[in-house]
Amino acid sequence: MSVSNIDWSEIGQATIDTLSMLGGSLVLTIALGLPLGVILFLTGKGQMLENKVANGLLSLLVNVLRSVPFVILLIVMIPLTVALVGTSLGVAGAIPPLVVGAAPFFARLVETALREVDKGVIEASFAMGAKRRQVVLGALLPEALPGLVAAATVTAVALVSYTAMAGVVGAGGLGDLAIRFGYQRFQTDVMIVTVVLMLVLVQVLQMIGDAVVRRVSHK
Amino acid sequence: MIAFEAVSKTYAASSKEGCAHAALREVSLSVKAGEVFGVIGASGAGKSTLIRLINGLETPTDGKVIVDGDDVAALGVEGLRALRRRVGMIFQHFNLLSGKTVTQNVAFPLKLAGRPAAEVKARTAELLERVSLTAHADKYPAQLSGGQKQRVGIARALATNPKVLLCDEATSALDPETTEQILDLISGLNRELGLTIVLITHEMDVVRRVCDRVAVLDAGRLVEEGPVEDVFLHPKSATARRFVREADGEPAADAALSGRVVRLTFRGEATYKPVLGEVARTTGVDYSILGGRIHRLRETPYGQLTLALTGGDVAAAIAQFQASGVRVDELSGETAR
Repeated sequence: MSVSNIDWSEIGQATIDTLSMLGGSLVLTIALGLPLGVILFLTGKGQMLENKVANGLLSLLVNVLRSVPFVILLIVMIPLTVALVGTSLGVAGAIPPLVVGAAPFFARLVETALREVDKGVIEASFAMGAKRRQVVLGALLPEALPGLVAAATVTAVALVSYTAMAGVVGAGGLGDLAIRFGYQRFQTDVMIVTVVLMLVLVQVLQMIGDAVVRRVSHK
Repeated sequence: MIAFEAVSKTYAASSKEGCAHAALREVSLSVKAGEVFGVIGASGAGKSTLIRLINGLETPTDGKVIVDGDDVAALGVEGLRALRRRVGMIFQHFNLLSGKTVTQNVAFPLKLAGRPAAEVKARTAELLERVSLTAHADKYPAQLSGGQKQRVGIARALATNPKVLLCDEATSALDPETTEQILDLISGLNRELGLTIVLITHEMDVVRRVCDRVAVLDAGRLVEEGPVEDVFLHPKSATARRFVREADGEPAADAALSGRVVRLTFRGEATYKPVLGEVARTTGVDYSILGGRIHRLRETPYGQLTLALTGGDVAAAIAQFQASGVRVDELSGETAR
């Protein structure tokens, strides 16, 4: 094994690609998954917008998307991705399938985090004369904040491994490098460097997430 | 101020219980402005439902709840919000927002009402002063003791200057000493602000210390209602008697003794007069004490003694007790030895 296979500029570019895929898809996953999770929670049994039909349909959609293996989702999504961003390749081409894969997952985590909120606090907010919107924005979401940050952290870590898989359809990034050089050309050194870089990325994400949870939690 | 007119509340059949559950059955009562009204009952008696009907957190299945002139069920969304600003509420488990500081918690109802920032700031400071929590203004609820948390709850409930304060088992999660402090605070609010207070509890002791009138609930029905002195000293219903016994312990009235067993009730000034010895001397009656209690109902001292009277002129003794302002209840007639 030699280090001669390693092209550091290529690794640098791949790292940037992975980070952009992660950043872009995480922002969009939260933007889409958070409202979806809130609606899932609010339409649930005994909640303020209880609606069996809407909750059943949303829940089914989430379950369907979550049960499709991500590799399959990547391929099935290609026509939609092209329609949305003009290409199915590169960082831009990877983001739509990443978001579609991760948003339902995040939505479920959001729903769970909201269920953890003390019902008494919600009742007290109504007793103070809050509107539903004020209860959701002023009490429910702030009270669930630590849980929501933890959910975003778990989702970000899951997205790191999703970005690696996205290499299969030509998304670029560290995972792509690991597959093309490390796996297909037996360049073990490239494999090790990319895997270590992803490990560091996951570790850093988890540490940031934990620190933020500690910061916002006052239990 | 608050009136219940034949209010019933039935919960629809749930998958767990199988059949519909009646939480309240045709309850009628009225709470006057400025009084402290207690509702006592065992868990499941319907107290929580009753108090939640007052601020519209629950809606009656039948009957009407009138608060401050408004039929609660007939109010629209905005009307109900306005009512809730006139009716503060505190809870057994405080229900403070854990992610907000003490100041932010107290400011929350004012912000919900859309008050200007300067007013919110001034009012919040004033409320914290009233509940003596100024020093803890920037702490989070998790850093406070139970009593301090309830004081935040009280300050928060008072923020919008309500006329009515609802207390949902407000002292049930507190130790006896803290309970006393919170009850003193609540009594003070009643006296100083003229606040009408409705409190629900399962502890007769809480009722005895702060309430003017009390209603006793059993399985959704109102079984007794009246001034605390009457319900506490002369309970008519079995449920009320049970609560009084829990609070005071039962005198050993049925001890096998000869003579007539009577219960004497002293109230106010009569409590401290040496009536017993006087009556025994003048009528030649002998007495054995079977049980007794001396306590206070709010500010009024009272005593209750259960005696067996033997010898002498028992009838004259009873008449003399009554003449001295002591109420006599005969628990048994002339019993055989």
